[in-house]
Amino acid sequence: MIRFDGVGVTYADAPVPALRDVDLHVAEGELCLVVGPTGAGKSTLLQAASGLVPHFTGGTLTGRVTVDGRDTRTHAPRDLADVVGVVLQRPAAGFVTDTVEEELAYGMEQLGVPAATMRKRVEEVLDLLGLAALRARPLADLSGGEQQRVAIGAVLASHPRVLVLDEPTSALDPSAADDVLSALTRLVHDLGMTVLLAEHRLERVVQYADHVVLLDADGSARDGEPAHVLAASPVAPPIVELGRLAGWSPLPLSVRDARRLAPALRTRLADAADAQQRHDQGRRAVRAAGTARRADPTRHLPLLQGAAVEVRHGRTVAVRDVDVAVRPGEVVALMGRNGAGKSSLLWALHGAGQRSGGRVALSDGTDPARLAPHELRRHVALVPQEPQSLLYLPTVADECVAGDRQAGAPAGTTAGLLADLAGAVDPGSHPRDLSEGQRLALVLAVQLAAGPGVLLLDEPTRGFDYAAKARLARALSSHADAGGGVLLSSHDVEFVAECAHRVVVLADGDVVADGDAREVLVASPTFAPQVARILHPVELLTVAEVARALGRST
Amino acid sequence: MHPLAWWAWALGVAVAVTRTADPWVSGLLVAATVTVVLARRQATPWGRAFTGYLGLAALVVVVRVAFHVLVGIKPPGPVLLDLPRVELPAWAVGVHLLGPVTLTGLLPALWEGLRLAALVLCFGAANALANPRRALRSLPSALHPLSSAVVVAVSVTPQLVRSAQEVRRAQRLRGDEPRGVRGLPALVVPVLTDALDRSLALAASMDSRGYARAVPGTSDARVGALLLGALVAAVLGTYGLLDGTTPTWLGAPVLAVGLAAAVAGGVLAGRRVRRTRYRPDRWGAAETVVAACGAAAALVVVVATTALGVPAGASGAGSPTGGWAAAGVALLAAAVAVLPALLTVDGGPQGPAGRALRPYGGPALREGAS
Repeated sequence: MIRFDGVGVTYADAPVPALRDVDLHVAEGELCLVVGPTGAGKSTLLQAASGLVPHFTGGTLTGRVTVDGRDTRTHAPRDLADVVGVVLQRPAAGFVTDTVEEELAYGMEQLGVPAATMRKRVEEVLDLLGLAALRARPLADLSGGEQQRVAIGAVLASHPRVLVLDEPTSALDPSAADDVLSALTRLVHDLGMTVLLAEHRLERVVQYADHVVLLDADGSARDGEPAHVLAASPVAPPIVELGRLAGWSPLPLSVRDARRLAPALRTRLADAADAQQRHDQGRRAVRAAGTARRADPTRHLPLLQGAAVEVRHGRTVAVRDVDVAVRPGEVVALMGRNGAGKSSLLWALHGAGQRSGGRVALSDGTDPARLAPHELRRHVALVPQEPQSLLYLPTVADECVAGDRQAGAPAGTTAGLLADLAGAVDPGSHPRDLSEGQRLALVLAVQLAAGPGVLLLDEPTRGFDYAAKARLARALSSHADAGGGVLLSSHDVEFVAECAHRVVVLADGDVVADGDAREVLVASPTFAPQVARILHPVELLTVAEVARALGRST
Repeated sequence: MHPLAWWAWALGVAVAVTRTADPWVSGLLVAATVTVVLARRQATPWGRAFTGYLGLAALVVVVRVAFHVLVGIKPPGPVLLDLPRVELPAWAVGVHLLGPVTLTGLLPALWEGLRLAALVLCFGAANALANPRRALRSLPSALHPLSSAVVVAVSVTPQLVRSAQEVRRAQRLRGDEPRGVRGLPALVVPVLTDALDRSLALAASMDSRGYARAVPGTSDARVGALLLGALVAAVLGTYGLLDGTTPTWLGAPVLAVGLAAAVAGGVLAGRRVRRTRYRPDRWGAAETVVAACGAAAALVVVVATTALGVPAGASGAGSPTGGWAAAGVALLAAAVAVLPALLTVDGGPQGPAGRALRPYGGPALREGAS
């Protein structure tokens, strides 16, 4: 169905090729997953399959890309539109019409599908993706997850034979992501649709994949059976890492398969826990070899506290009577489905967003909303969902200098923080050319230059690969260990499992659960990380914890 | 309601307004237009924009009067404002800079301004009552690329405003809020780069969904030739009409030939684009009534000015010109123009093919469920 023969792609003015000598054959009816670290060329590969490279993006394409017998050299993207459906990152930027229903019909209109067929297909897609209640809603009023589903639906409605999706679940909460992925799998199995999919959050998608393509940082590709390719891959979901640690072979890719191989590991962990308890007699051992995540109880005066916080947007109540506190040394995670009010709560706590009721107080009792922005930065810093909107200067070095000036910090503070967070970043590069992880690190460095105690982060890990997430988790932990507090909102269960001490779950503006991270994450299947689901009833959240538990017993 | 029905009504009222500068006609038609808009507009962004048009119309009147005061020819009569006349050199003949403002000069300027304001309000009324994007979708296939471009352009402004608000909010997080000129790069650069990125993403999305797919095998040459010929004929025909010394066949007939060629070219071009419409708006009885009201208002005024001899221009007297005949005509035209407000039923916000929608709320309605 999709064939790449010796394909290389070099963008104009780029020193190195984005893709190098890629040979790939995706058969019909396969769900092919493209994995690789950030910047490896996944988006380039997907756009080459749809003809956007080179017709739209420019650059040089060597080799041949054939989709359903059509060569992309002679066929522009619009000529492939009846065969290939593309959903790129930032689906909201690709909306053409006003309302959901018209957006779903747009592709079919351009292809000249008869009106009766259009109406039937629109109804089918509304049901398939759970959008029926939103059909007459203006697109600008939808939440990020709803927009992503509408974008996928708009492409599905034209019944293409190939679907190309670039990070389709990045804005979706775990259950919505599951819905979308199972709908796609159903289409693959029932209709023989071919799906080419790039995703960073592999834990959501790896069990559905029939074929995996691994792109290395230099642009070359290896492909094959999922278990085979992921066994040696630098980017791997927790289930694969657990499999490598436990020595399972063949490598299981779904929770069910892993649980069949897990009893031996669970016994080992139980023995290790018993050994640990005997060793720690007289001291309070917390659960099966997991480390206690509660913050030091002696420093419990909260750095930021909200009581009965209420936020209204027009007539809707986004946050209703919520109490939340961030204590020194604590990383708190806000979770909940799309539209539950997490962003509104973060902005209201920061003071820059609107708050319709309740009280928010810093550690000295002042209300952050009353402080001037310049003064507020020293206490509370917020990194918004689009960190890009804070950056406006042409180079990274300029941003660092401006950051020092605005924070009133000595020269070089911001640059030093950036080096700690992201390693070496070329100071002459444009902020828009940085990777997602580097951009967030830059914004974080700018915000941290004023030395705030509390950090608020809104969905920080969109577009991050596992290495970048690990680095961010380390940075947040060190901020907490130094006496600060962190409150972040995220859909990414694995990231929360890695770094959060406490988890607060919101639904429809109310707090549904608030407690120790281990308790909350293990209690509900939606929010349980993969390791917890595999090793249930042993309560361990990450592969690192498993390694530590096993390491202690030897 | 089919959006073009309101446009037809507005066109009829505009024709009625342009036929005469009589203040009764302009004034009463303005009142009729505003009544219809207030009665029939919905709580949509384009509906709310009508107040902007009212402001613009008032501005037009003020500017017209100011022009008259500044450089208009001032006939003798009762003096309202005695401004000193500024002498101009001999080559600036015909231009009177300032000078005493008289009633006989001011009133016609005021009536002219009122007429222009009425035209602006007709356009504004059409925009407020009919969703501009749905109106563009009803255009013929040959103009589809043009209408798509306009639709995309129309959605840029609200997006820019939203982007600017978000950037403003984010900039507050960095602490210093330089206002005025120094704060401009911090606001403008992210907004413009974001707008550029979005436009590229939009173009990629439209392209990969098949926008502007041409049916293979249709030729381009005939369309090009027809349109070029139409353009040349339009130029020649207009020249012929305006210049009295050219032979008669070089006026209206050539223009008509050019128009026919343009229509033929449009139809041929439309055949290349194979595009269907999802739930197109229907033209029913209500639409015909609305369009007919506009046409009737135009007809009343046209008949009155040509056949019955009501003066077409504004004369310089201080009292309503043309006497009671003009007032009567104005009243009749206005009554006909205001009928749509009474005859049509307010069915609430309309979606595709007139299905009723939920009310269009303002800022984000996040009603929970995923």
